[in-house]
This record gives sequence, structure tokens and C-alpha cells, in this order.
Amino acid sequence: MVDSQVVLNGQTIAYSCYAIAIILLMLWFGLNITKTGKGSKVSSALFYSFVAFLIVLGVSLHIVTYNTIPWASMDLNRKEIKADKVFEISVENHKFILPSEKLVINVNDKAMFKVYSKDLTYGFGLFRTDNSMVFQMQVVPGHLNDILWKFDKPGVYTIRSTEYSGPKGAQMILKDVIEVVAN
Amino acid sequence: MLLKWLPISSLNIKTEDMNFKDTFMNGEQGLFKPATLTPMQKLVLRFVVIGLIYYGFAVIEGMIMRIYQIQPIEAIPDFQYFAILTAHPLVGIFGSTYSIVFGAFLFLVPFLMKKPLWSYKLGNWTCILIGTGTLTFWLAGFFTHYAPLYTLYWPLPADFSQFNPLGGTFFVLGIAIVMLGTVFFVINIFKTIVYTPEGWEKQPSKKLFLSAMGLSGMTNLFRKKENQKEHLVSLPVAAIARGTVDTMLNAGIILFTGVLILVYLIAHQVGFDLKNSAVDALLYKNWFWWGLDLIADGLVLIFVAGTWYLLAMLITGKDLFMQNIARAALLLELVVSWTVWSHHLMSDQAQPGILKVVSGEMVTAFELITQGLAFFITLATLWSARPLKMTNPLKFLLGGLLGFALAVPAGIMQADLGLNRILHNTQWIIGPHVHVAILVGLTMTLYSAIYILFPIVTNGAKLYSQKLANFHFWAHLIGGIGMGAFMGMAGLKGMLRRTIYLNGEFNLYMILAGICGSLLLLAFLAFFYNIVMSVGLKGVIGIFTPSKLNEKELLPAEEK
Repeated sequence: MVDSQVVLNGQTIAYSCYAIAIILLMLWFGLNITKTGKGSKVSSALFYSFVAFLIVLGVSLHIVTYNTIPWASMDLNRKEIKADKVFEISVENHKFILPSEKLVINVNDKAMFKVYSKDLTYGFGLFRTDNSMVFQMQVVPGHLNDILWKFDKPGVYTIRSTEYSGPKGAQMILKDVIEVVAN
Repeated sequence: MLLKWLPISSLNIKTEDMNFKDTFMNGEQGLFKPATLTPMQKLVLRFVVIGLIYYGFAVIEGMIMRIYQIQPIEAIPDFQYFAILTAHPLVGIFGSTYSIVFGAFLFLVPFLMKKPLWSYKLGNWTCILIGTGTLTFWLAGFFTHYAPLYTLYWPLPADFSQFNPLGGTFFVLGIAIVMLGTVFFVINIFKTIVYTPEGWEKQPSKKLFLSAMGLSGMTNLFRKKENQKEHLVSLPVAAIARGTVDTMLNAGIILFTGVLILVYLIAHQVGFDLKNSAVDALLYKNWFWWGLDLIADGLVLIFVAGTWYLLAMLITGKDLFMQNIARAALLLELVVSWTVWSHHLMSDQAQPGILKVVSGEMVTAFELITQGLAFFITLATLWSARPLKMTNPLKFLLGGLLGFALAVPAGIMQADLGLNRILHNTQWIIGPHVHVAILVGLTMTLYSAIYILFPIVTNGAKLYSQKLANFHFWAHLIGGIGMGAFMGMAGLKGMLRRTIYLNGEFNLYMILAGICGSLLLLAFLAFFYNIVMSVGLKGVIGIFTPSKLNEKELLPAEEK
């Protein structure tokens, strides 16, 4: 499965290009609107073309990501997919309680994390050693919070709560407790 | 002597005929005379002053948090930090934005409809309630550190192992007072649109209401040009009415939620501990986000689109480009704003997948279309009137348009099943999306409105310094976009929002965001100073004294 860092890099490039383009466009507009010349009515064809472009863009974004970001479809269909490993984790009093001291996963295995909160709403996120995020989900009390993930290379990951649960929850961090190992 | 220490001295700004003390006391050239103001002019100016003071609160809180993200401040313990984090968006939205927007609209609706406000007294109460309500919840947070965040995820607001229930009670009461003021605003706006003033011919209330809701705009789309019906209310009034519907629904949701939390808070204080599990946390989250999104995706986008249209027409003196489409788009946006809430729950695994896809992804994508339409229509209207002079209202309007052009696509990206998994609750959400939308998009639009209304509501007072206004524009624009960009970069590297980093993990981005935040602070100080020097200290005080003129008159007789 493609690493989430690759997706983030793609997003960074795409949004940066867009941001630069729209800033330059507004700069151009600001300069030209004050220049001497005759005001001209914008054609309705241009307007409707712009509307069509927005519709295509809005719809295609999700179609493209659904077909290129593998965890999107895996997430929607996770109940039909058999996990290679299942980890049941509970959270209470701002503490994660793991089934074992370390959670060991084989490369290319599909791991299911089932997280239950016994009091507040928390978050459950996995982070690389450079603090970048692999994935996250919300942990809502009274409900099953499950996520299926496939790790494609060996590594060590930290669990951190990604949702605010009061001042006591700011440092809910279990460092390097997930190990993904080569088969 | 004092002038030497003020930033304007370096900009070589000095009035010719008056010394600093005279200008500070009486305003630029003594042109602002509070005694000439009508009660309605004073009312709108009071709203603006209160809004700017609370904006100052939000900016200072923001700067404290910017510093904290670089290096936690020892004098501020973490629970105080989270109390600031809780108060910051609420003071910014309710104390500042609501004050400025409500004040402007309570003036503009009667101004555009050429009839008096339905109730001046109710307008005054709105101002008082929003001002005191904001102060109440801010003080409750400051002294008791009640900090469940604006999200209030159940059952955090009723977690008495972390929060003081008495503090929570005052906090919720403060919010409820603001909501009461909001309900008064809603009543006043709709009554003003449909009522018949004394001595007038009977007004067609129902038709006025339907026109304000955008029905005439929608039906005109399906009529031949010669059969199209005339609109009974102008487009900006229709936009205000449409946004006011969301404001009303939002107030209802927040009031209901407040009562629910109050029941738990008061029960605990009288010795009964109610079971938190009696309220389903996910259902509550859906309910609350449905209401909260009426501010973010309904009220803000609709009010902003309406304000853009009004500003474009006032700046150019021309009709709006594609007016019927604009009216129809506002009606569409109203429906969209009621059905987009699920994009906030895309990381909630118990949330049904169908809601994530339909509401979270597809309906949310419509915002790209509705806001894109408003963006295009405003630019096309301006373009049709070129050449235009680059006035303060025009440059701030362009800044506001740019802000939403940057922030809306950032929001659409995060409202995606794939991307949300790695963006939710990171600094990406709060930086390039929320802060760029609010600080650059919304606030610069509001500044544009303030600059254009300033001579109208002050009976021709003159701005103290154009150089300061220019500095205000560039510092705010660069500071706002820069801060959002660096927060976004940190978010893409995994930095979370709503937490504290103790070891400087993201310091490069946070220092750069802090520098940009300082620019925002300087921009606000320059603007505030410019306004105070324009109207003078006596003028500011005069705004809060009663007017002897008729409450029904918007402007003094000679100004009309």
C-alpha cells in the first residue's frame, strides 16, 4: 500500500501550485482593474465554463482520491476484509491500555485496531519517529472505533491521542510501541 | 514626545493644522461630531467598537498561543493554555464577528430597504447581550479554567474531574446570553423586512419574505426574460435574510446544547451525578456539528457572499453580474449548509459510510461551486467598471476574495475520505483552512465594509492616515496568509492542533507562523490607532452617550 507520506507530498505540491496561481491571478486582477481602459462585460460563456469547471473539479477530486489512495476504499469496506491481526485497545482516564507491551505486525499484513473509550472522546493516531502522521481516527465512547491498515515497510511507530480530551489528555503518548517487522 | 514612540512617527505622518493631542482628543481635523449622529448611527458604531475590542482579545490570545507553540510559557500552566484555546474562537466569532456583522446588518437592512429598523431598542439589547455574554464566558474561562473547547465533545463539558462545575455554569450562561442577543437580531432583521412602518401603505409581507428567501430569483431562472418578475428585496438583503436563517437555527442548537450541559452542571452542584452515558456521544456530535456548521459553512459563506455583492455594487455603482444566478446560488447554499455537517465526522468510524460520502464529500464539494460562483460574480462586476481607483474598500475586498479562494479548496481537500485520514485534527485544518478563511477571507471583507461605511455612519469623518491604512492592508494580508501557510506546512508534517509540543518538534514552522502572527497584531494596532485618531477619544466616548435625534431616522436629515 502506498505510504501516507507519499500522498501528503502530492498534496503539498498540488496545493502549493494552486496557491501560487491564485495569488498571482489576484495580483494581476488588482493591477489591471486600476489601469486606464474600457470596462467590459464578462461573457456569459466564460461564466458557465467556469461553473462547469468547478463541478468537474469538485466531483473528480473524490473519484481520483478514491481510486488512488488505497486506504479510502479499504476503510469503507473494512467489515468485508479479513484482518491478519486484530488488536483490542481500551482508553480510560487519559491512558491507552494495550493488549501487550509492544504491538508487533508483519510487513504487508493487514492489522485491525479496535479501540474502545470507557469515558471521554479521544483520538488514536500512529506517528513515525520524525513525528509525521501515518493515520488517525476518533475514539468515541459507547461505540466501536476500528481501523484497518496495511504497513508496507518495517518501522517503529508511536501512538498518540489526536483529539482533545481536557488538559490531562495533552500528553497521551506511547512512544515506539508498534513495531512493523520484515517477514 | 508620545509621537516619537508610536510607529506612525517613522512613517512621517503628521497632520498640518492640529497637534497630536488635539487630534487624539477630537479626531482628524475635528470632523467627527458625535452630537450629530442618529441613534442608529451610534448603535452601529457601538457594535463596531465592541467588535474591535474583542478582536483585540482574540489577537492577543492568538499571539500567546503562537508563543506557547514555540516554547511553553512557564507563567501560564497548561490548564490556563487550554482555557485560552477554548475562549479564543468564541471571543473571535461571537464577541468580534457577530458584533460587527450584526451591527452592520441592523443598519444596512433598513438602509437598503429605505425604511426604519423594526425595533431600535431590540437592536440595542442585541449589542448589550453580545457584549456582556462574551465577557461572562471569557471571565468564567479566565478564572475557573473551564476548557471543554468550542467543540464540547460529550461528555467532556460534564467531566468534573477536570473542570469546575460552577465555572462551567457561568461559561454556558455567557454563551446563552450571546445566543439570546442573536435571537433578538434575527427577529429584528425579519420583522424589518416584512413589517409596515407607521403611516405607510400596507406592505406585502409574504411576498417580501419569499423574495428575501430567494424564491423570486429561483423562479426567474425558468422564465423568459420579458416574463421575469421584479425582486421585491435587493440582493444584499436577500443574502442577509438567507444567512439569518442559519444564524437562527444555530442559536437554537447552541441554546439546546447549553441547556443539556447546564442540567448536568447544576445536578452535580446539588449532589446528583447524572450518568454521562445517557447521552450518545456520536449522536450528540452529529447534532452539535450540524448546528456548528451553520456558522462555518452557512452563515459565514452566505453572509460573506452577500457582503461581496453589496461591496461590488457600492464600489462600481453597477448592477451585479448574473444577478438571478447569484440569488439562486444563495438559496442552494442554504440547503447545502444544512447538509454538509458530516465532513467533520469523517474520522469517526462509527459514523455511517453513506453519510461520510454523501454529506461529507459530495455535498461539501458544492461549497466549491457556490463560493466559486460568488467569487466569479464579484470579480466580473468589478471588471465591468474598470478602471477603478484602488480605494481601501476595494483592496480589502480583493484581500477577502483571495482569502476564501485559498481557504475553500483547502477545506474541500480535507473533506475527502482518503485525505481526511491524514489531515484531521492537524494544523492543516486550523491553518490554511480555518484561519485563512476567517482572518483573510472574512475579516478583510469586514474591514472593507468598515472602510466603506465609515464616512456614512460618522457623517463624513476623515480617516487619520492613508499610510496606516496601507500598512494595515499589507501586514494583515501577508500575516494572515503567511501564518496559515506555515501552520499548514507543520500540519502536513504531522503537527496536531489542540495539544502542546514540549520539545520544539515543529519549531521552524512555529517560529515563522509566530512572526506572521506578529504582523497581524501590528496590523490591528495600526488600524485601531488610525480609527481612534480619526474620531478622537471624545468621539469614542460620545458614541456611547444617548443621541437626541429620532430613533426612526437612519441618517441626519441633511445627510440624506
